[in-house]
Amino acid sequence: MSLWALAMTLAFVAAAMALSIWQRLGLEKDMVVAAVRATVQLLAIGYVLKFVFHVDHAALTAAMVLLMSVVAADNASRRGQGLAGRFWRVWVAVMATEIATQGFLLAARVIPPEPAYVIPISGMIIGNAMVASALFLNRLRGEAQARRDEMTVLLSLGATPRQASRAVVKAAVKASMIPTIDSTKTMGLVQLPGMMTGQIIAGADPIKAVRYQLLIVFALIASAAITTMVLGALTYGRLFNQHQQPVV
Amino acid sequence: MLKDVRGAVRAATIVTVVGPSGAGKSTLLALCNLMQTPDAGEVWVWEREVRQWPLRALRRRVGLVMQQPVMLPGTVYDNLAAAARLHGEPEPDGRALLDLVGLPWDLLPRPAAELSGGQKQRIALARTLANRPDILLLDEATSALDRASAAVVEALVVRLVRERGMTVLWVTHDLAQARRISDEMWLVVDGRVVEQGPTAAFFDGPQTEWGRRFLLGQADLGQTGTEGDAGR
Repeated sequence: MSLWALAMTLAFVAAAMALSIWQRLGLEKDMVVAAVRATVQLLAIGYVLKFVFHVDHAALTAAMVLLMSVVAADNASRRGQGLAGRFWRVWVAVMATEIATQGFLLAARVIPPEPAYVIPISGMIIGNAMVASALFLNRLRGEAQARRDEMTVLLSLGATPRQASRAVVKAAVKASMIPTIDSTKTMGLVQLPGMMTGQIIAGADPIKAVRYQLLIVFALIASAAITTMVLGALTYGRLFNQHQQPVV
Repeated sequence: MLKDVRGAVRAATIVTVVGPSGAGKSTLLALCNLMQTPDAGEVWVWEREVRQWPLRALRRRVGLVMQQPVMLPGTVYDNLAAAARLHGEPEPDGRALLDLVGLPWDLLPRPAAELSGGQKQRIALARTLANRPDILLLDEATSALDRASAAVVEALVVRLVRERGMTVLWVTHDLAQARRISDEMWLVVDGRVVEQGPTAAFFDGPQTEWGRRFLLGQADLGQTGTEGDAGR
């Protein structure tokens, strides 16, 4: 795609802004900021990726993955206000997911150990883990508040915090996995996934593109499950104080 | 909420805690199994302060039946078996537990959420008793029961005290109930235990103006002087 053709696509942003002005939504400024940020961030990451692919060094690839995980943890941990120590717990859950899924893909030689494969696939896994983490934290607090009396009954019978919060964590895990499962169910029917679309537009064989997309889809299901379960194990204790009384 | 509370409960007795709503009676119970932590002072259960106890052991030995009978998800039997499942012990005899609180056996497979308020209250009591506590904290445990059902629960608790040596701290608004069942009474007003002593003595001749006015059913006890023996 030429730069001129790319510039033409700004017409979409202009159209959205025109609609916003017409309907007095007041979103024009946000749209400009979003468009500028997306352009700058994507161009920057494009050059960074070009450099990383060119150098092709494991340490640099690992640094990229680490950076993505920190940004993801920072973003997701803004949810779940009131739960202390969210950032590092989310980061551990995201990294555990990345290591388990990416480790498997590399160990089983499903993908080659090259930055051009590892970084984009890590991006999708970590991005999905971020969304699942944010949903989990959001839901955990709501479930804990809704089931506070139930937890109190269990604690008064001598339950440990883990036992008392089991139903709460289970509900939060389930709720945060549903979007991933639902989008998997409709894949190919409702939407063509981004990576596959990109490959096809770039000239790849659609069947080959589908294979890679399936790899990603399966990895994302595992990613949502691993992230939320690890995060559940790391956060349930924050629902209680030192005397095992509910604090949310 | 509670201030200057000082008192001891003798083993194998029933102490009823009475007083106006919001006086701190439920808080007093919750301190005894550390479902609430005192800001200051100490609460001793047998030879140890509550914060020195292993929590699981404390809460098993000091059972609490809360004012609102919250049912756990599942059937009536699931509720009765909750404690055993938590502690990895053999499942209890559900029928025997229902017999204890005067409920029919056919309730066992029913969803607990569908029970009436009074049935839930009795299931909550049976669920706590399934844990075989040595101390029982009852917070308005018969408030939703008719007189006959309340009598069943009262007889059960008295029997557990006499036969098993259970110690009971029972918050109640029902003065007639307190008179029937308790060995000793504590009157809590505005976060303070303003009168405590043998039940018979409390009813025959309360030692404080608070006690006298409480027996007369006057609600504004918080306005009564600052000394326990004011107006004597």
